[in-house]
Amino acid sequence: MILADALARLFPGAPRLQEIEAADVAALLDALDARWPGLRDRVADSTPRIRRHLNVFVDSQKACLETPIAADSEVLILTAMSGG
Amino acid sequence: MSKLLLLLGTKKGAFLLEGDETRRDWALRGPFCETWPLNHVIADPATGTIWGAGGNEWFGPAVWKSTDLGRNWTHSSQGLAYPEGEEPVKTAWSLAVADGALYAGVQPAGLFRSTDGGESWEHVQGLRDHPSRPDWQPGGAGLILHGILPHPDDSAQMWVSISSVGVFHTADGGRNWAPRNRGIRCDYNPEDQRYPEMGQCVHGLAMAAGGSHRLYQQNHCGMYRSEDGGRNWQSIEEGLPSSFGFPAVAHPRDPDTLYLLPLNGDSLGRYVPDAKAAVWRTRDGGRSWQALRNGLPQEGCYFGVLRQAMAVDRLQQAGIYFGTSTGELYGSADEGESWRCLAQHLPPILSVETLYVPGHVPG
Repeated sequence: MILADALARLFPGAPRLQEIEAADVAALLDALDARWPGLRDRVADSTPRIRRHLNVFVDSQKACLETPIAADSEVLILTAMSGG
Repeated sequence: MSKLLLLLGTKKGAFLLEGDETRRDWALRGPFCETWPLNHVIADPATGTIWGAGGNEWFGPAVWKSTDLGRNWTHSSQGLAYPEGEEPVKTAWSLAVADGALYAGVQPAGLFRSTDGGESWEHVQGLRDHPSRPDWQPGGAGLILHGILPHPDDSAQMWVSISSVGVFHTADGGRNWAPRNRGIRCDYNPEDQRYPEMGQCVHGLAMAAGGSHRLYQQNHCGMYRSEDGGRNWQSIEEGLPSSFGFPAVAHPRDPDTLYLLPLNGDSLGRYVPDAKAAVWRTRDGGRSWQALRNGLPQEGCYFGVLRQAMAVDRLQQAGIYFGTSTGELYGSADEGESWRCLAQHLPPILSVETLYVPGHVPG
């Protein structure tokens, strides 16, 4: 799992590259939040859904909170192009 | 030695100007908070803790916190959320310290309380339970709770300002709220509906010094004073160059003295009238007004000043400060008689507050 630099900077000590066991994206965010309290809030809102200007990719496919994750999946949490 | 800090919320993070009681020299520090837009940066004078309310298009709302005068910052939004399925909180807009708690106003309009110094938040549900809420209509910048005014002596009382909705008051710690807009004009309603119970666009709300129930309000449509905690308002705009502006700042000790920064009008560009900057002061509760221009730009000046971007300090001769949409900070160390530009080329300034840090007396 790879975090966007701007996201990792909000959590001093959080490595950009981590190995995490999770069944889906929501569970992945829960696991990240347990290690770095508040991280889930930065990625997903209270709807709940991935924030509008962030993208989560699972194995290069754009994902939502319910997207399943396999044991060898690569997950990217990236900031979207925002602004103009 | 004692310090005086000016706390700036800007479109690109928090900045601090650090000076002393002479208010001659200022050192700029920042930007802090990862350059997030910060709508309001305040401090608790009792502890020196600084908080910044804001939100980022990528990462949502948060309240930032520093316990070492801005050197290190943390952020939290734990509990700063509406229930699942409701429109999520987009950004935090306003902060206030009251009776040991920290309050945050957010967009879409709502109020949150923290009793652990901003680490976690609980929703003050009573405000959004008000029966008028389905009729709350967003203003130009959205449906925003942008002002929180705690009662200085009665912790159960508080006023909040919501743009295009009006002022609400609680007398029971936030369980029940009542609109406080009687006498305020709403120029955008049909002629026979210009004084509704709510729907007025409050811009700035200030309490006069002295523990009375006198409030002042800069509204989208006029300037007002209330002598009864907002139950009734009277227009005090006669003598001002415009009925439109954002901030209203009360003198720290004189209940009759108030500072405003009128802009030319809501549909005329929203800059200072005639492109000449002036702070307007009353010393008689709004019966008469004086323009304070000495040291402020008097030609080609097209900035605006937003609702939270003017502040006073509490020194013997009060200092007045305002930050502009063009990133300049102006200050007066003599109650507005003369002004200097204290900082320029900053991002658009959204809020200005002051923090006095007493020096240690050698023991």
